[in-house]
Amino acid sequence: MLSSELEQPEVIDAETELAATADIQEAVDEPDRILPAIEFRDVHLSFDDLKILNGVSFTVRRGETKIILGRSGGGKSTTIRLILGLLKPDSGQILVDGEDITHYTEQEMMRVRQKMGMVFQEGALFDSLSVYENVAYRLHEQGVDEETVEKEVRRMLRFVDLEEAIDKMPSELSGGMRRRVGIARALVGDPTIVMFDEPTAGLDPPTARTICELAIKLRDLEDVSSIFVTHEMNNLEYLSSEYATVNDSGEVVYEMEGKYLCLINTEVIMFRDGKIIFSGKDEQLKKTEDPYIRKFIRGKSD
Amino acid sequence: MNPLKNFLFQLQEISLLIWRAFAGLFRRPRYIGETIRQMDLIGVGSLPIVLLTGFFTGGVLILQTYPTLAYYGGQSEAGRAVATSLIRELGPVLSALMVSGRIGSAISAELGSMVVSQQIDAMRALGTDPIRKLVAPRMIALIFMLPLLTVAADIFGIIGGSVVASVIFNQETNVFITSVRAGITAEDIIGGIIKPLFFGLIIGSISCYKGLSTTGGTVGVGRSTTNAVVLASIWVIVFDFFISKGLQTVLDIGRI
Ligand SMILES: Nc1ncnc2c1ncn2[C@@H]1O[C@H](COP(=O)(O)OP(=O)(O)O)[C@@H](O)[C@H]1O
Ligand SMILES: [Mg+2]
Repeated sequence: MLSSELEQPEVIDAETELAATADIQEAVDEPDRILPAIEFRDVHLSFDDLKILNGVSFTVRRGETKIILGRSGGGKSTTIRLILGLLKPDSGQILVDGEDITHYTEQEMMRVRQKMGMVFQEGALFDSLSVYENVAYRLHEQGVDEETVEKEVRRMLRFVDLEEAIDKMPSELSGGMRRRVGIARALVGDPTIVMFDEPTAGLDPPTARTICELAIKLRDLEDVSSIFVTHEMNNLEYLSSEYATVNDSGEVVYEMEGKYLCLINTEVIMFRDGKIIFSGKDEQLKKTEDPYIRKFIRGKSD
Repeated sequence: MNPLKNFLFQLQEISLLIWRAFAGLFRRPRYIGETIRQMDLIGVGSLPIVLLTGFFTGGVLILQTYPTLAYYGGQSEAGRAVATSLIRELGPVLSALMVSGRIGSAISAELGSMVVSQQIDAMRALGTDPIRKLVAPRMIALIFMLPLLTVAADIFGIIGGSVVASVIFNQETNVFITSVRAGITAEDIIGGIIKPLFFGLIIGSISCYKGLSTTGGTVGVGRSTTNAVVLASIWVIVFDFFISKGLQTVLDIGRI
């Protein structure tokens, strides 16, 4: 009796392991079988009488960066809030790593949110907490010991190049610094999915560039899937034509895609009136004939 | 939404908030540090205004009733008159009104600005339940501290009364205190402590609800702060009547 009880888990383990290797093999043979990081299936959402999302479907593959374009009030932030489960859709399905989270309770969402990082439009730092406490927030909540917390916080602040601000309060920071602290806070715990909501809005070009570089670094070196909401065309340019590698001396460098390498891990979708009117590569976006999209990317009609 | 539907909706939301705040107390992580911090902020922080209110209310009660009592030759009962009205009614209600003005507004303004600056969303996105982290500690602190503040207000009210009686009406403090002691019963004191427990819950739940349901930017924060204070004060006064009635029935207080 006792021995069979002990043996049983082993048998199951071996079976699941076998199944797992078979899965991986299948996945390698047929890339489509890999579960997408995020999937929207015909999602509808209205606030009162206002239809915000009207049948939105898209997928974000693992390691992919999805750039979302669309005018203000077009439902971009709402889309991100839906993925985090801060809001529930009226109909349709939302999947995260193949898991249908549409009807998850707040309690169940907490587990899913562990693997997601979110960079809010204005940073959304806790203004009663210092930079250190902001970045450490998730670890403090999990009751991690202080020594590990400090190491992790310093690592993250170094990643966003802001280690010197560790003891400041959010009110003492500039807009760009707040945004970068927000990024550091979102990246604690190494989430596999990161969402950026207009992270460069209102920042000067060099700071905006730094934030795009962070997103590129996450995509190419940390294998993070991400959603990047923006209005700025140069953000789109950076993200869809540059990639990060580590050079011989161990520094991260950014190189342009070219003859030998064409980025396939970045795609663009565009929202209009609650629907997706464009989905594809940036090259396709630039060649489109659609007058609305042409006006959007140039800022004027032709 | 029509007003009745709106009222029922809010009542439902507030009940749910209270339920979720208390249900969450039995799960980890517990926010004990935050609760103690709120107790300090709410209890110690409100002590001066509550003491001042109590002192002058007791004083004015004697100022107004002493001549009448003297007219009927009942000036030795002055202490009893102040003590009963303070402990049964004025202490709990005035403390609750002062606290809803000072703390209710602070809570809804704080939570409201956290909502409009997306800090509440950020908190949820980082895996914390704001009801357990923010709402529960504030409610608990209010429910614990308001009875203590009320007792302090009662005591200062009686002191205020005795000062006025001796300074203005030349009554011996001894006479006053004896009359106070003869006047108050155990039931009065129990009733005077049960009331602020409920008032704490009312102030806490209304101001947290109003704060968390803020919409419309900074203007919205101002609106929900005002609403929180007005609603909490009104409900304190309305509930005071029903709790008094209930206590009369259960504890047999206030019948002659
Ligand atoms: N909680 C809410 N209640 C009512 N309307 C909302 C709410 N959140 C967003 N909206 C509305 O939904 C629309 C889309 O908002 P949003 O997703 O923030 O747009 P954006 O694309 O600029 O990020 C806006 O018109 C906004 O007013
Ligand atoms: Mg937005």
